[in-house]
Amino acid sequence: MNVNNLLDVNDLEIVFSRRGRRDVRAVDKVSFSVAPGETVGLVGESGCGKSVTSLAIMGLLPKRGVRLGGSISFDGTELIGLPQDKLRRMRGRDLAMVFQDPMTSLNPVIPIGTQVTEVLVRHRGLSGDAARKEAADLLARVGIPDPARRLKEYPHQLSGGMRQRALIAMALAAKPRLLIADEPTTALDVTIQAQILELLKELVRESGTALIMITHDLGVVAGMCDSVHVMYSGRIVERAGRRELFGHPRHPYTGGLLASIPRLDQPRGERLEPIQGSPRDMLAWAEGCAFAPRCRNRVEECVGTPPALGPDRLRPEHELRCYNPLGGSND
Amino acid sequence: MTEQTNDDVLMSVRGLKVHFPIKKGVFVDKVVGHVRAVDGVDLDIRRGKTYGLVGESGCGKSTLGRAMLRLVEPTDGTVTFDGVEMRSLRPEPLRLLRRRLQMVFQDPLASLDPRQSVESILTEPLRTHAFKGDHGARVRELLDVVGLPANAAGRYPHEFSGGQRQRVGIARAIALNPEMIIADEPVSALDVSIQAQIVNLLEDLQEQLGLTYVVVAHDLAVVRHVSDTIGVMYLGAIVEESSSDELYAEPLHPYTIALMSAIPIPDPEVEERRERILLTGDLPSPANIPPGCRFHTRCPFRQTTRCADEVPALREIRPGRKVACHWSEEIVSGRIQAAASSHDPTATEVGLPV
Amino acid sequence: MSLGAAEAAITVAEEQGGGLWREAVKRLSRNPAAIIGAVLIALFVFVAIFADWLAPYTAMAPDLSQIEGPGHVPGPSAEHWLGLDDNGRDLLSRIILGARQSLLVGVVSLLFGMAGGIILGLLAGGLGGWVDSTVMRLVDMMLAIPGLLFAIGIAAMLGQGMTAVMIAIGVVNIPVFARLLRGQMLAQREADYALAAKSLGVKRSRIILGHVFPNSLTPVIVQGTLTLATAIIEAAGLAFLGLSGEDPSIPEWGRMLAESQRHLANAPQLVIAPGVAIVLAALGFTLLGEALREALDPKYRR
Repeated sequence: MNVNNLLDVNDLEIVFSRRGRRDVRAVDKVSFSVAPGETVGLVGESGCGKSVTSLAIMGLLPKRGVRLGGSISFDGTELIGLPQDKLRRMRGRDLAMVFQDPMTSLNPVIPIGTQVTEVLVRHRGLSGDAARKEAADLLARVGIPDPARRLKEYPHQLSGGMRQRALIAMALAAKPRLLIADEPTTALDVTIQAQILELLKELVRESGTALIMITHDLGVVAGMCDSVHVMYSGRIVERAGRRELFGHPRHPYTGGLLASIPRLDQPRGERLEPIQGSPRDMLAWAEGCAFAPRCRNRVEECVGTPPALGPDRLRPEHELRCYNPLGGSND
Repeated sequence: MTEQTNDDVLMSVRGLKVHFPIKKGVFVDKVVGHVRAVDGVDLDIRRGKTYGLVGESGCGKSTLGRAMLRLVEPTDGTVTFDGVEMRSLRPEPLRLLRRRLQMVFQDPLASLDPRQSVESILTEPLRTHAFKGDHGARVRELLDVVGLPANAAGRYPHEFSGGQRQRVGIARAIALNPEMIIADEPVSALDVSIQAQIVNLLEDLQEQLGLTYVVVAHDLAVVRHVSDTIGVMYLGAIVEESSSDELYAEPLHPYTIALMSAIPIPDPEVEERRERILLTGDLPSPANIPPGCRFHTRCPFRQTTRCADEVPALREIRPGRKVACHWSEEIVSGRIQAAASSHDPTATEVGLPV
Repeated sequence: MSLGAAEAAITVAEEQGGGLWREAVKRLSRNPAAIIGAVLIALFVFVAIFADWLAPYTAMAPDLSQIEGPGHVPGPSAEHWLGLDDNGRDLLSRIILGARQSLLVGVVSLLFGMAGGIILGLLAGGLGGWVDSTVMRLVDMMLAIPGLLFAIGIAAMLGQGMTAVMIAIGVVNIPVFARLLRGQMLAQREADYALAAKSLGVKRSRIILGHVFPNSLTPVIVQGTLTLATAIIEAAGLAFLGLSGEDPSIPEWGRMLAESQRHLANAPQLVIAPGVAIVLAALGFTLLGEALREALDPKYRR
């Protein structure tokens, strides 16, 4: 474990229990780190546990019915089990989050300006005119035209893209060291998405903020992230630097995803190669590899003992959880 | 009997408009304006081919799809299906015509009646149009064709995954062997790994059953993959129409150019190299469409003349390539450059004149 | 010929689902409030049906052996578990027999109100246009009058007796159901499955009756259970006010409450017994109704 890491997630476990139902293990011993200023991608489809992981880091999971295990260490401080008041102080100042749906993340009855200045007052001790000026500057920085007027407007008066920009402004207002963006552009049109992603890239570059980008869109990851972690059914199944992952996908799930997406920059003739089955067709990790029922590369060992996440012998810059990866054996 | 070639036109749309009135008033409703969801569209759908309608939210593509089936009443224009002008049909003949024109919906959970078993869902079209033949056998056949097990018939929609529900929706649409299917965002509500399955299924069915498709979607990569011809929509009108190969190789309309450059590609090398053409400003409301070219308020290539006053017609600047832009030729030749780019994402300036 | 079946390799859900109702019942069985409610209702219904066999004495015969003097109201004893009322009749028996009356009134008035409300709601929600406006104006007018006053007015107009009470309570509840059903139908008419049915060429009347209406009934049914609770209370209320007629041979909890008021100080059990009975009966239906609402809510699925 590199002591210089900003965030160290170690063997994180998140289990949901509901009355009368079996426990759901949403996240099953996930470990990853984020260095200061690094942009990390957490990729996976619905149900893989990526969103829940981010909520756990922010301490936003409900207390009842949720069991957390493992460790989340932010700059030396252990976040799991940290009392609420300490967590609250860290939120905004050290850690901030941007959510998927800007409409529900903003308070509809409070003007945008007040929501931004709230952060400034809390974490940077500004007040009155100083706070308002800074808020206007922030809105301008995120590309909202005519910011002074917008301060008084309500969320519903802004478009989806503008709302997301406002959210980003709020998240970055207190200059946090880590920003988590959970599907920040999924609900937006693609041309707006491009604007928002460019904005995010620039802002984190300028301020040196580390960014965890959570998404199901491999294209977004390819454009933004330094390192990528692919999640499936609550575990990380592959991780590597961006170029390494896309250049040489090793896990059949990653390879399957890449092969099943139609790409604009490639000829259209070929039939797509989908991953068979549905996300529901999975084994519990305890019984073997969760992806086995859908995997084309499946071999005998896959059902029985679950594969461990370890360095890829063939490609040292990769970490892999697979007995029979694409492009050759791990042994 | 006229000779039917592969290129004959199955459906022809001319000047189609769907305007929703905006009403205000306390006792008596007064019409104060219109939401011009579809604002004058011409297109031809060729038999056996796939026409893709692509655009972002608010462009009217879904409304257009529904208007083409008269599920939404057009305000103006004509829709001619196999020689029959649909707007002039009375309710009963229209209802009977529907067996030839079907729709697949975006949200499979919402488009299947939660109280109906799959068997009941699939027999409903058969009963409605007095299908002669064993309904039970036909249901089993349909399930097989879309890749669902026979025991799915007794289940209810909420028991299935999204992809499986969409298969049920597709089975329902093909139950009566229609000639044309309009698929409204058929895969957007599905997980990425499932989307490809459904796309392949739709393609296979087209080949097997000789279907004609209109695919409405916002995902340009998916639309390009399945379509022969693509119409790009913006604020209620088609701004560019061409074959899908040519559209990607050389987009002509500024909106198409921006749209293409915005789509993320899962390849870090490509992502790094590409130059993004970014749009500025917000999408205008369809109740308040800008004068002149409807795109001019956000166009990175906007010029000081013509763009704000004259409405550009959808003209064929080359065989098979239609664009609604006054300055297409200049943009293609490079005489006009785009303004805002990825180097200045917060730029609020637009198009510098040549 | 099976296209894409290899790709699909589908596995459909293991457990037998079988529609919304079966799932709802499963969910209910895990909800303690629902179980309590169900038990209370079962008890109530059982007592009401088998009242004649359960009641130790008849409602009418006074047991003079217990009474020591004028105005004496004997409390609980070995022979009379709840004691006697101020006419010397066994209180427990009267409570048990009163259950039948309350259930009868509650159910009949509910059915009347529900039927009327559903018809109006169906017309308004199904036909729209001027039918909708007219029906809704009528409903608004009815809702403008406070419920109990309205019921009193109707019962008084119709003369006294339990039938009048039942009709009155029924009428008062019509607008609630009408508005509820109409609202649901308007929403469901815009749903994609209704549009899908239209695109299949299904006739409009079939879409309304076969698709929209059944999908709009759920909140109406939930409201039904809740209204049954209030109907029981309202019936007791009207009886308390003396509108349900004077036939002493049929005990009625509300009337028992009214008649025993003067004995609140010296024989409170005369008031408490019917009061508790009313509360428990209403509670049972309320608990089950609320649990049912939760169980049928599609958002809770999975």
